[in-house]
Amino acid sequence: MNEWTGIWANLILILAAVFAFSAMLSWIERRLLGLWQDRYGPNRVGPFGVLQIVADSIKLLTKEDWIPPFADRAVFVLAPAIVAVATLLAFAVVPLAPGIGVVDLNIGLLFFLAMSSLGVYSVVLGGWASNNKYSLLGGFRAAAQMLSYEVFMGLALMGVVMLAGSFNLRDIVAAQENLWFCIPQVLGLATFAVAGIAEARRLPFDLPESENELVAGFHTEYSSMKFGLFFIGEYVGITLISAMIVTLFFGGWLGPLLPPLVWFLLKTFIVIACFVLLRAALPRLRYDQLMAYGWKVMLPLTLVNLLITGAVVLSMA
Amino acid sequence: MWNSLKTMWIIFLHMFHRRVTIEYPDEKPKIPPRWRGRIILSRDPDGEERCVACYLCAAACPVDCIALQATENEHGRRYPEFFRINFSRCIFCGYCEEACPTDAIQLTPDFEMGEYNRKNLVYEKEDLLIDGTGKYPGYNFYRVAGVAIGGKSKGEAEKEAPPVDPRSLLP
Amino acid sequence: MKRAAPGVNTARVCKCEADVTTIHIDNRPYPAKDGENLLQECLSLGFNLPYFCWHPALGSVGACRQCAIKQFKNEEDKRGKIVMACMTAAKDGIRISIDDPEAREFRASVAEWLMVNHPHDCPVCDEGGECHLQDMTVMNGHVYRRHRGRKRTFHNQDLGPLVNHEMNRCIQCYRCTRFYRDYAGGRDFDALMLRDQVYFGRYQDGVLESEFSGNLVEVCPTGVFTDKTLKRHYTRKWDLQTAPSVCVHCGLGCNTIPGERYGTLRRIRNRFNGAVNGYFLCDRGRYGYEFVNSGRRIRQPLLRKHGTAPLQLASKRDALQRLGEILSSGARAIGIGSPRASIEANFALRTLVGRDQFYLGLSERDSRLLASILDILKKGPARTPSLHEVELADAVLVLGEDVANTASRLGLALRQAVRRQPEKMAIKMGIPLWNDHAVREAMQEERGPLFIATMADTRIDDIATRTFRGPPDELGRLGFAVAHALDPTAPQVPDLSSTIQTLAETIAEKLKAAERPLVISGMGCGDKAVVEAAANVAWALCNTGHAAGLCYAVPECNSLGAAMLGGDSLESALEAMDDGAVDTLIIMENDLYRRTDAAMVDRLLAVTRHIVMIDHIEHATSAKADVVLPAATFAEADGTLVNNEGRAQRFFQVFVPGNDIKDDIRGDVTGDIRESWRWLRDIIVAAGRGDDARWSSLDDVTAACARAIPNLEPILHAAPSSDFRIDSQKIPREPHRYSGRTAMHANVSVQEPEQPGDPDSPLSFSMEGYPGNPPPSLIPRFWAPGWNSVQALNKFQDEVGGPLKGGDPGERLIEPMQGKKVAYFQNVPGGFKPCAGEWLLLPMHHVFGSEELSILAPAIAELSPQPYLALNPADASDLGLAAGDEVQLHLRQRTDAPADGLTGTEPMATAEIYRLPVRFKPELLHGTAGLPAGLPGLGVLAGIALPAWGELKKAEKGIAEKGKAEKGKQVEE
Ligand code: SF4
Ligand code: SF4
Ligand code: SF4
Ligand code: SF4
Ligand code: FES
Repeated sequence: MNEWTGIWANLILILAAVFAFSAMLSWIERRLLGLWQDRYGPNRVGPFGVLQIVADSIKLLTKEDWIPPFADRAVFVLAPAIVAVATLLAFAVVPLAPGIGVVDLNIGLLFFLAMSSLGVYSVVLGGWASNNKYSLLGGFRAAAQMLSYEVFMGLALMGVVMLAGSFNLRDIVAAQENLWFCIPQVLGLATFAVAGIAEARRLPFDLPESENELVAGFHTEYSSMKFGLFFIGEYVGITLISAMIVTLFFGGWLGPLLPPLVWFLLKTFIVIACFVLLRAALPRLRYDQLMAYGWKVMLPLTLVNLLITGAVVLSMA
Repeated sequence: MWNSLKTMWIIFLHMFHRRVTIEYPDEKPKIPPRWRGRIILSRDPDGEERCVACYLCAAACPVDCIALQATENEHGRRYPEFFRINFSRCIFCGYCEEACPTDAIQLTPDFEMGEYNRKNLVYEKEDLLIDGTGKYPGYNFYRVAGVAIGGKSKGEAEKEAPPVDPRSLLP
Repeated sequence: MKRAAPGVNTARVCKCEADVTTIHIDNRPYPAKDGENLLQECLSLGFNLPYFCWHPALGSVGACRQCAIKQFKNEEDKRGKIVMACMTAAKDGIRISIDDPEAREFRASVAEWLMVNHPHDCPVCDEGGECHLQDMTVMNGHVYRRHRGRKRTFHNQDLGPLVNHEMNRCIQCYRCTRFYRDYAGGRDFDALMLRDQVYFGRYQDGVLESEFSGNLVEVCPTGVFTDKTLKRHYTRKWDLQTAPSVCVHCGLGCNTIPGERYGTLRRIRNRFNGAVNGYFLCDRGRYGYEFVNSGRRIRQPLLRKHGTAPLQLASKRDALQRLGEILSSGARAIGIGSPRASIEANFALRTLVGRDQFYLGLSERDSRLLASILDILKKGPARTPSLHEVELADAVLVLGEDVANTASRLGLALRQAVRRQPEKMAIKMGIPLWNDHAVREAMQEERGPLFIATMADTRIDDIATRTFRGPPDELGRLGFAVAHALDPTAPQVPDLSSTIQTLAETIAEKLKAAERPLVISGMGCGDKAVVEAAANVAWALCNTGHAAGLCYAVPECNSLGAAMLGGDSLESALEAMDDGAVDTLIIMENDLYRRTDAAMVDRLLAVTRHIVMIDHIEHATSAKADVVLPAATFAEADGTLVNNEGRAQRFFQVFVPGNDIKDDIRGDVTGDIRESWRWLRDIIVAAGRGDDARWSSLDDVTAACARAIPNLEPILHAAPSSDFRIDSQKIPREPHRYSGRTAMHANVSVQEPEQPGDPDSPLSFSMEGYPGNPPPSLIPRFWAPGWNSVQALNKFQDEVGGPLKGGDPGERLIEPMQGKKVAYFQNVPGGFKPCAGEWLLLPMHHVFGSEELSILAPAIAELSPQPYLALNPADASDLGLAAGDEVQLHLRQRTDAPADGLTGTEPMATAEIYRLPVRFKPELLHGTAGLPAGLPGLGVLAGIALPAWGELKKAEKGIAEKGKAEKGKQVEE
């Protein structure tokens, strides 16, 4: 009974928190971008524009929910839901602080990888179901990009797993009591971060939706809250990746003085801010560059990291 | 890689720069006269419609959002019977102004034309025609052209010799 | 000057091997036709060489100096000399340069000096956007005006309702006079004055007399002559939606390009077809199009609730439901088709009512005439020539047909035919035929043999060797006499006067001496003997070993096609009605009151319970119908027409009628105009016989028709079927620069409508599609990069001036029975005997006015004559008539009935009295009078089958006034 209440409380609170945070993120991101680009960002709705997200939601909810007559209806409707559900599910394994978190899986890391790669289906299906050349091209790109970056995303984490000796995220956090993995696994961190950005389809890796050439890529045909779901999915994705980076490389909730949850949130926010900075600073890659970068730079780098870590772990053992 | 990091650092430092945003609509922006905003049809210095309905702007328009029909008054002066711009399609590229041989169509610095209903963005000639010459004072196409209109017969345009008399016996 | 390197047509095949030589252009060898002018050869090879005065049909005169090139003596010669390409013959091994800097500079300076006096008019010039002068100026690279002096100016002339004059824009290329005077034989237009003040116009203001004046619009490379009807709803070429079409205003089937904008037809342009109309159209064809925009169009279905109720607007559904009820109630229906409707429409009607209940919609006499013409062409050994072949004929007999009025373009072809014999002189003198001025100088006033035997003077009499005037009987006798003179086995003509005898012998002699003799006749004088006499002449020639052509002018665009479908006359329809088993009449695209006596039509309509009318204009017949369905005109439908040559040609829909968006918004019933065959299909379905007509596109109808009537099988190949694609794309009807797509409907709905689909043809109602040159029968407009004017046509021909790439469109359905002897016609008519107190009324055809549809175009109506009665002045003075007096006409009853042996039709009960002003025509024989054919102002008189007998009396003054008032009313109607 008590146990269940705890789980439910955890579940609902975390869900609400993630949603709220992701929603806020759209405001935060725009404010931050404004800050770095010498302008304001949304500052009209509510104090400092914090209520912008409310206005946006009202707008999205009241827009015409249009399904193109030429689209594959069922898939078209389903696609945006997949991304939101998959990323939210992945959140289940993230340990926010001791005792806070939905589930404590001993294959947590694998679960995260599995869920995050499910997200790409949403994009591919959405692009395909739209029955529009831009959307389809967006979907293609997403698929190819995921395929390439997924490979070393998992591999990049293997160093961490080796060091922690566990797939359980809580164990991994616990293993960083003395030294955050960002130090020994600096290469892993770099590659995972890159893969994570690509996975979340964020600039400079947002080729599936690149506005300049593909209108809006896979979600060209989407409007109203379906578009909203893609949007939220993206922000949840960022939050997830940031939370994972914090968990895996920056000691999760660990930290002096402040309560663990605060530490966790603080670190996550800083990582997110870095992501936003990335968006503010870097232009989009060309598609061939993206591919070359993935296969010719990132993958070898990850393998090197794996070798070194393996060697070190072996020698330590 | 290093370059990218440097870029990020530079952008990060912008945190401490002054913001350049003009707080429109509290503060009105200063817009240069050659700004490409709301399109108007001007009149020549004599107060007549400048547009001669030549269809060049319509042909130049990349989004095909200009439609018109030519007509003539009883003295042979050609002008548009209707002239419609669908601003919900216009991309304010200014090609129409470039194409216009009479300086009739001009883009103005007015950009405040938001509407709740797309239909209201369809402007007819009555909505487009202004009373002045706009950016280009002075030019009057019919004073240069060879066609005769009311008040200007053959040979009365600029740099025109008086009409030849085909019955004359003089060489 | 840019050279179209990728377009250079090196794969060009010259038909005659011996003719091919090699010429060197800019040091590269190309094949060329020996002796042809270099300009034509360069253009044929795909080079862009500018020119003004040369025209493929008019030849070269070297007037404009625009086509300058460099010619070199030999390979060593580096200096060369500038020559005019159009005046230099291609000789073997000749070395020329188009790209030579000096030649280029020369050409650019020509453009510059032509522009010195050119007005600053392009924005208000109707030629703009399809101006050869603009194109050539750009091609020459002349961009900046250096001359600061004054421009010479001219006053314009009012040349009538067809052609607009703006003399300032002239570049003195002389093309207009060369066409108007030399080619088309006009006399009221010339080049006046001298040096830079040459004035091209009439001697004084007034309507251009030639019925080919409209061609000035296309011949003139500048905006001096422009289409005056287009001016009233002016649209640039790039904004016109166009499709290949066929003229519907006479039986010759000239190819046209109609253009549409904002739902109305804006103009007609010539569509080159080397076998048919070539480069020129007549004014009826060019300007008759406005009937499509007429206020008399039927645009919505109309229903009569009960017998006497007025016709009321109805929805498509109600109308079809009503028709379904009528037809499925067991009643028998008969269908009346039309020679002005396409084969497919007629066939659909035939399918609906059944073969035996299908009638042609012509009077007994006309049906028989048409049937016998078809028979003669099919069974006889004489070949029916295309218009192009008419131009090649070197001796011509015109028997009975006033071709200038009934088939004008044929008259223009005859003007070229008379040049064939004298041309031989020029050839003997070593003058190449393209050297127009020299050839004409050599020929002087010499003309080949052309004999014109007609009821009255014609406008091509000026080129005739001999003319002969007489009523149809006399013409027939002359024809039979000629045939007898050619072949003694042909029947002899009894009691022949010696003058006619000698004339016949002269004609026979000239025809015999010719290489390509030609006999022309037609339905114009409504006389069987004339038609048969013409056949006898042609057959006599064939039988004596001369390959003679036999060409009949038929009155309507699909006369022969309708005849090939079969179907009886209106008289037989009336008989069938009288049987009582039939109670429904379905009339398609036909005003019966123009076909035969009003009284007979009245009776036919009176005995019918349900009258269904499918047509595009309101007329006397449609006013009596109970159900009226709005049909599509030629511009709104696709179909196949068979011209007088027996050539099946496809015309394509130009635009989708009605404003569909407006309907959506207002929810009313406008814009139900559909192709006749679609209506008929729906009626078949509504009548519960859907299995007979599972037609979803025109191809289905055409295929069904070809299956049902094996003779018509070739119509399947008249044009590619609707699934034809190039690079899996359709052919766009709109040019790639079509403007206003997102604004033209915005006043109604800001949402752009979807482009209408077209299941019937490989063309699309859009600017998207295959951008290159389509196959010849699908060319929607002539345009090529850098060539915006009609001169772009050069890029659509293998050899400039020759047939279109891929062959001239159209499929011949009728070929002669070579070698077979057919029996001569034996019915030689007796001579004409005047009848005291009575006059034989002869039909006087008018190019502007006699045709049903074109007269609805305001410009044509303006030129059409007022109703009149023509008399020999002697006859008139006998009656005490002076010119302008009114005459009373009292028609004798059913005059032509006994001649055709028609039984069962009793004479009309009451003959009506008509009043008409008198006109003098001295050439009319004593006892004959002329009555204009088919003028709408004549009211019911327009339907009388002429010739007919009538009594004439001087109208008394008081009554005359009343008569005038009455007539005024008729005209208003
Ligand atoms: S500004 Fe550009 S898009 Fe707008 S009307 Fe002019 S040409 Fe068309
Ligand atoms: S280009 Fe100028 S003159 Fe021509 S139609 Fe447009 S506004 Fe009128
Ligand atoms: S003739 Fe041609 S060049 Fe001259 S004003 Fe007209 S469009 Fe312009
Ligand atoms: S009026 Fe036209 S065709 Fe005639 S000379 Fe002048 S430019 Fe040539
Ligand atoms: S085209 Fe050769 S001189 Fe005119």
